[in-house]
Amino acid sequence: MDRKQLQHQVASVRKSLFDQGYLDDQFNRLEDLQDETNPSFVEEVVTLFYSDSARFIQNIEQAMIKKPNIDFGKLDDYMHQLKGSSSSFGAKKVKNECSQFRECCSARNIEGCIKAFQQLKQEHATLRRKLETYFQLVKQAGIAGRT
Amino acid sequence: MMENGFSSPRNDSFPAGLRVLVVDDDPTWLKILEKMLKKCSYEVTTCGLARDALNLLRERKGGYDIVISDVYMPDMDGFKLLELVGLEMDLPVIMMSVDGETSRVMKGVQHGACDYLLKPIRMKELRNIWQHVFRKKIHEVRDIEILEGNESFQMTRNGSDQYEDGHFLCGEDLTLIKKRKDIESKHDEKDIGDNTSTKKARVVWSVELHQKFVKAVNQIGFDKVGPKKILDLMNVPRLTRENVASHLQKYRLYLSRLQKGNDFNNPDGMVKQSDSPLSDSAGSFGSQNSINLQPTDVSNGCYGFSGSSLVLQNVDPRSHDGDRKILVTTPVAEPKRGLTVDAPNPRKPRISQMEFGHPIAPPRSEVNFATFDSSFPSKYPWCGIPGIPLKQEHNPLHLNDGFSHLPMPRQKQLTRADYPQPAPAISSAPSLTEREIGCPVKIKPSRNDYSSNACHVSSTASAVDSIPLQTKTNSTNHQVSSTSSMENQGLNMNCLTGVESSRKNINLGMPPFAPLDKDLQVCFVPGDYYMNLGLQNIEVPEYFDPSLLTDVPIHLNDGLRFDYEFYDPTEYSLIDQSLFI
Repeated sequence: MDRKQLQHQVASVRKSLFDQGYLDDQFNRLEDLQDETNPSFVEEVVTLFYSDSARFIQNIEQAMIKKPNIDFGKLDDYMHQLKGSSSSFGAKKVKNECSQFRECCSARNIEGCIKAFQQLKQEHATLRRKLETYFQLVKQAGIAGRT
Repeated sequence: MMENGFSSPRNDSFPAGLRVLVVDDDPTWLKILEKMLKKCSYEVTTCGLARDALNLLRERKGGYDIVISDVYMPDMDGFKLLELVGLEMDLPVIMMSVDGETSRVMKGVQHGACDYLLKPIRMKELRNIWQHVFRKKIHEVRDIEILEGNESFQMTRNGSDQYEDGHFLCGEDLTLIKKRKDIESKHDEKDIGDNTSTKKARVVWSVELHQKFVKAVNQIGFDKVGPKKILDLMNVPRLTRENVASHLQKYRLYLSRLQKGNDFNNPDGMVKQSDSPLSDSAGSFGSQNSINLQPTDVSNGCYGFSGSSLVLQNVDPRSHDGDRKILVTTPVAEPKRGLTVDAPNPRKPRISQMEFGHPIAPPRSEVNFATFDSSFPSKYPWCGIPGIPLKQEHNPLHLNDGFSHLPMPRQKQLTRADYPQPAPAISSAPSLTEREIGCPVKIKPSRNDYSSNACHVSSTASAVDSIPLQTKTNSTNHQVSSTSSMENQGLNMNCLTGVESSRKNINLGMPPFAPLDKDLQVCFVPGDYYMNLGLQNIEVPEYFDPSLLTDVPIHLNDGLRFDYEFYDPTEYSLIDQSLFI
């Protein structure tokens, strides 16, 4: 595809991410921060998030295994951090799943927690794929962020 | 850049270059915040752990203007970090969190956060954080002035009577000081009756109270100090933790200012007791001294601040040459309340760096002022304790204790770090009578801002570090005309010597009276001043009007000679009233 087409594609992918609720305005703000001094800033942030959050996901898994003696307090803490982290780049769906999970935690609803966790992992992975595609397109199109 | 920010070179582009320390365990946020802050043209340092942040802050005192921290952190509660930073460094701290629950926000404010931001944070919010830095600086200056003003007020106001007791009227002056006027103007408004407390504390930090405070601080160990611990140790009924906390903050500020001021002191020069016209001017000396204070003793009391650089500058510097003339001219200029002026920069509101590390054990304090009789300075309460009526007995200010002595009678407001512990110690000085204590400290009224006069009111024995405060840690008899002792005296001696050179912040503990002093002026231990001059009441002219001091400097270099001649009587009109006997 030629440059123009790529750019269009980037724009549409981007738009769908927003429309489908994967991303929120925070993502836009991050892209605004991006400049020539650091053209792949947003991508770096996302990468950082995913490497860091993998750790949390793992911790949560381990904590969940311990049922029925689940340490809800700890789970809540992990989720709180994950929520904060995901909000940093506008990962809307992931953030919502975290909130959901925390609600189940406070209600000590183990089943609810398990379910919420599953959904969280799913959203987490989906977003990752989508953003990877997006960033690749961006690189190909030679543009960074919005046009 | 300078610590005080305002006077630092980056001022012209302020808030650009604001030095921000960001603490967040989330690397994603840390990266984003760093980028955002850089976009605001701030200088950013990031930290993933609270411990690291504290280390950085401690290592580089004065190296940061503001701290932004997340509430939740694995190694330390964000609120705890907030408290520590506020206490130790006195920096504005902004909290952040994903959680915006009212209770959490309230908790943040209770712990002292100057703002609480919700994540995700917007650029516009970060662009405005400089206001917290600015506000704090302004408030600090105000507080300092108040403190100083109080002290100085005391001096002027209280006639000899007060000094005789070595009592500092605390609190009363505060109200006066509020106005921040020149010392002179203060005199005018002495509303003695008006004891409204300063805007901050309702508690009047009397000399005794302050001494208790200092004692407690020293016992605990400056590094480990905390308002609760101090409160417990002090065991003063009706004193609240908040009172202690705010007093502690000021104390730190004070100390750090003293430290800064020390550079300038030349202990030697300070106050030399030049033969002063003191003999006759004894009275003048009183006034003079007041500023310069204290010759060594001052340090004792005055700045006794424990260890930290308290100025006590050389209280002894006065090498009492005979005439004690303590030329207080030295630094007195900073009429800083005789106290230890630490005002290295009055401006610097935030002396976050206070280094309390040095137990200022009043090196000077030891200044045996007692021996003053001849050598004057030792007794001179200059130590900044301007108000302290020099009781003839020159008690060597044992500042070493960490200022417990601080003769500063005036201390009322000790809250201001400068508490020149006037009190008691200084009274010993009084024997100066012979000494001419009168040496009018020449505090040249040059009001200049103290900063220039490094002499900060030397009398206040600014803990001037610069001055070899060391003073005298041992009860050195200050007689030593050693200028160094003088320095310790916190006195202005340093100021004087410093004046020339240091004009800058009277590190001596006596912060240049100038701007801040107005009110605080020379709160030198009243006792001190009067020391020797036999003037019991020598009321040190309230505070040395910085302007007064400003001129002093050169002459003072002799080691604080408070040259009588330098003294510009006109300046010290206030002083005259009471001081000159």
